[in-house]
Amino acid sequence: MYRAAAPATLRIVPLDDLTAIYHRASGITHLVASPVPELLAALSEPLTLVRLAKRLGEEFYLSDGEALAARLDELVASGLAEQL
Amino acid sequence: MRHRFDVRIGPVGFRIGSDWLGPITQLEELYRDYPEPRDGIPDFTVRLFAARPWRRFVRPAITIAGDYTIPDAAPLPLAQGLLAAEMGMNLQMALAQRRYLLLHASAVERDGRALLMTGESGSGKSTLAALLSARGWRLMGDEFALVDLDDGSVHAFPRLLSLKNEAISVVELTLPAARFGPRMEGTPKGAIRHLVPNAQAIEAMELPAAPALLLFPSFGFVAETRPVPPSEVFIRLTQASTNYVALGERGFDALIRIVAGVPAHAIDYPDTASAVTQVEALWDAL
Repeated sequence: MYRAAAPATLRIVPLDDLTAIYHRASGITHLVASPVPELLAALSEPLTLVRLAKRLGEEFYLSDGEALAARLDELVASGLAEQL
Repeated sequence: MRHRFDVRIGPVGFRIGSDWLGPITQLEELYRDYPEPRDGIPDFTVRLFAARPWRRFVRPAITIAGDYTIPDAAPLPLAQGLLAAEMGMNLQMALAQRRYLLLHASAVERDGRALLMTGESGSGKSTLAALLSARGWRLMGDEFALVDLDDGSVHAFPRLLSLKNEAISVVELTLPAARFGPRMEGTPKGAIRHLVPNAQAIEAMELPAAPALLLFPSFGFVAETRPVPPSEVFIRLTQASTNYVALGERGFDALIRIVAGVPAHAIDYPDTASAVTQVEALWDAL
């Protein structure tokens, strides 16, 4: 199961194709592209990899679970999401 | 320290102490129309000293120190004492300023609105600011724009303008009546000559201005302007800020306010006359 970091810890500001995210817990600014903002939005509730893939996979060509897992690992490493 | 000079530039008070009288005399002359620090208390202290006692006299070498110091900074010869003082003041700002978001940018003002120009050393931002000041713009500064963390306005920091190499003669010809510091040859950045901001810049230095246009000038190309997308502005400004990371979320908010609210363009220019025309055309089109 994965879940986005608590909303109170994130400032998410769409700029154009890129989105600026200020992570209050680490003080680090991230500049991210799609599908990261969409992943974080979907993970406002805890989801398994399979359910997340189902929800976002078709739209973002992430139905390949491996690619999605790689993106999620990056988010967890950055602190923007957590693995439950 | 043997010799001392206090000055306020915009909202920031400095105290410069020196083992030698020369740099202090030059500072007193060039900053003669500037006020003292508020309540006599400087925000930052710069010290110009001889690392070894005999270096006051034998091939005198100025080591720069202050509240904040970069280790291993190479000392400068006494003939470049003014440069050492200016470098020391910039260093304190870059390392320790926390009241404003600091952008490495020049700024000029017209009708209460500020034009910011940011770029690498050599991009022409100092030269352009000097030339625009000759055309009625109020010079706010050539090194740092101080962005207010509460309302996003830009505070002036009109220290001496640092003109380098070819820019020196361009500005001397455009502003023949202006006051200049000594021409210093063979500095780490080539020839340097400081320009004293005009009376308008000094008298109005307490007046902030709302940023209205952001430009990224580059010298040496065919004349061209292009809008810069918000994400690129964001990245360039984080790189142009010396204290963005230290300010945390307040820095993020201040930067986002600029990115979202201030139109931004890159301008390539083949010569300074073209640059002034390009800048004023973009301003008039706002």
